[in-house]
Amino acid sequence: MTGFEPRILESKILGNDCIAREIYRLTLKYDNAEVKIKPGQFVNLYLNDKSMILPRPVSVCEAGNDRLTLVYRVVGKGTEALSGYAPGEMIRVSTPLGNGYDISDVVSTVKGASKKIVLAAGGLGVPPMIELAKTLRNEIEGRADNSATPDTSAASNTGATASLPDTDKKPEIVAVVGFQDEVFLKEELERFCHRVLVATDSGISGFHGNVVELMKTFEQPGDYYLACGPKLMLKAVSEYCLEKNLPIQVSLEERMGCGYGACVGCTCKIKEDHESVKLKKVCKDGPVFRGNEVVWDD
Amino acid sequence: MISLGKNQKVVNSGNSDSDLDLRVTIAGVTLDNPVTTASGTFSARESGAFYDINELGAVITKGVSLEPWDGNPTPRIAEAYGGMLNAVGLQNPGVDAFIRDELPYLKGFDTKVIVNVAGKTKDEYCRAVEKLCETDADMLEINISCPNIKEGGISFGADTSMAAEITRAVKKISKKPIIMKLTPNVTDIAEIARAVEAEGADGISLINTLLGMKIDIYQKKPVLWNRMGGLSGPVVKPVAVRMVYQVRRAVKIPVIGLGGIMTGEDAVEFFMAGADVISIGTAALVDPEAPVRIKRELIHFMKNNGYRSLQEIKDALL
Repeated sequence: MTGFEPRILESKILGNDCIAREIYRLTLKYDNAEVKIKPGQFVNLYLNDKSMILPRPVSVCEAGNDRLTLVYRVVGKGTEALSGYAPGEMIRVSTPLGNGYDISDVVSTVKGASKKIVLAAGGLGVPPMIELAKTLRNEIEGRADNSATPDTSAASNTGATASLPDTDKKPEIVAVVGFQDEVFLKEELERFCHRVLVATDSGISGFHGNVVELMKTFEQPGDYYLACGPKLMLKAVSEYCLEKNLPIQVSLEERMGCGYGACVGCTCKIKEDHESVKLKKVCKDGPVFRGNEVVWDD
Repeated sequence: MISLGKNQKVVNSGNSDSDLDLRVTIAGVTLDNPVTTASGTFSARESGAFYDINELGAVITKGVSLEPWDGNPTPRIAEAYGGMLNAVGLQNPGVDAFIRDELPYLKGFDTKVIVNVAGKTKDEYCRAVEKLCETDADMLEINISCPNIKEGGISFGADTSMAAEITRAVKKISKKPIIMKLTPNVTDIAEIARAVEAEGADGISLINTLLGMKIDIYQKKPVLWNRMGGLSGPVVKPVAVRMVYQVRRAVKIPVIGLGGIMTGEDAVEFFMAGADVISIGTAALVDPEAPVRIKRELIHFMKNNGYRSLQEIKDALL
């Protein structure tokens, strides 16, 4: 436990724009609150129409100060209603929930020259890779964790990308992102990643195929994998890493009730000590787990 | 980890609202106020991150069974118009782990602890109850909505004679007050209520969830892995109010009313229907602070409308 108490805050919508077919970018400002976020965490959005009573959990795409950027897909009535919310309107949003990616493990594992961190994401698994890439980039370049200060805002980092430091000495961050058809958030990833490789199922852009197929074309595998996306993709990436004995963290998705660990609706099976299987809560104990510890049944 | 020891208890009864009497005594146990948590929607550490557990009249725990239960595979949750369906399947670590790990933590708060008990057979209920009688739990709530695996899977609570049989069996061995939690999936709730009262139940709580189902018409399959699940939330409230009203008029023992209470005014409706105590369930999943907010709203309603005690609300229905 972080000692951080979760809360639900009134937040103002700053923007809610369609960035690809059925994909929206929602920018929020927490009212009178500064909130710290770890990449891989999610927030609950509480819809204004109370006939849709359950919160919508959405992963955080990017955060800074009191700002929050979320990217969601319109998949049902709830997200359809959400896509109609206008800038200036208020919405109730939780503070970040769950545990994010274990950054310190990545940084301590991947040290020195010509090492490669691979961010593997598919579809709506791509948005959280932005904040993850930003945080990793700051960490490996030895910047202090000052995410609560304006220095790490998106604008100032865009400048940093223009003068990339010598990658011979620092690990490289490579994003391998897959889409069914239309590509989104590629430019945002390019701000923080050294390379962004795109795969599309339709072949409309980049590699014709999926993320795992693209990953397998690498001459040299990465040294650490961080993944988010559909369960089948996460399973395939985890199996690939297990085979090569490479560390991997995956962010799981599950239908949630409360999002804070009370209802026990979103369980997954984790073999913690590589033997006994335990039921864990995706919302509270995850959503990020070690890929080699997840039991991929169903 | 937050640890609230006995010495850190915050005494909180009628507190500043000294002119209001929120206390209620059921089965010989006095609660500081009538607001409790519905079984399955409260986790001490998770819920306690949002509000002070000492503010509650009682906590009613998740269902505890003799052996650990894994519950159902996911998806376990689906939304319905004005409500939700759940098919968690009573995942719990078993009574021994509960007594060892969870009960002492709960007993560190200044609130009463009502332990909900689930079982697949009469014997399972009885053995879990026996173990819980050796603890400092204040009361036990018996969930008889579980399917009876020895009788073809029909819910114990859906059959008058089975409901009576479970009540008789647990009352015979229990040293703690026994609340029977009834399922609404029956033709005549009053008949079941009278049967469990006749076998010595110290109280009744209702309603458990209504059996429901949701189909994804595009995937052409049920949304829940279990196909069916329990419907809860504001959508079930009129059914719950009606059943509390019917049971109140059928029995003399105390009634814990629940089913879709989202506001203080909803709580008042249950008291007028005849509830002595109320439980907050789905509301707490949707708004984690709901139990304390609803308590606040109840006090506000009483002040604004000239009620000095819960009894006055209960007597108010014309």
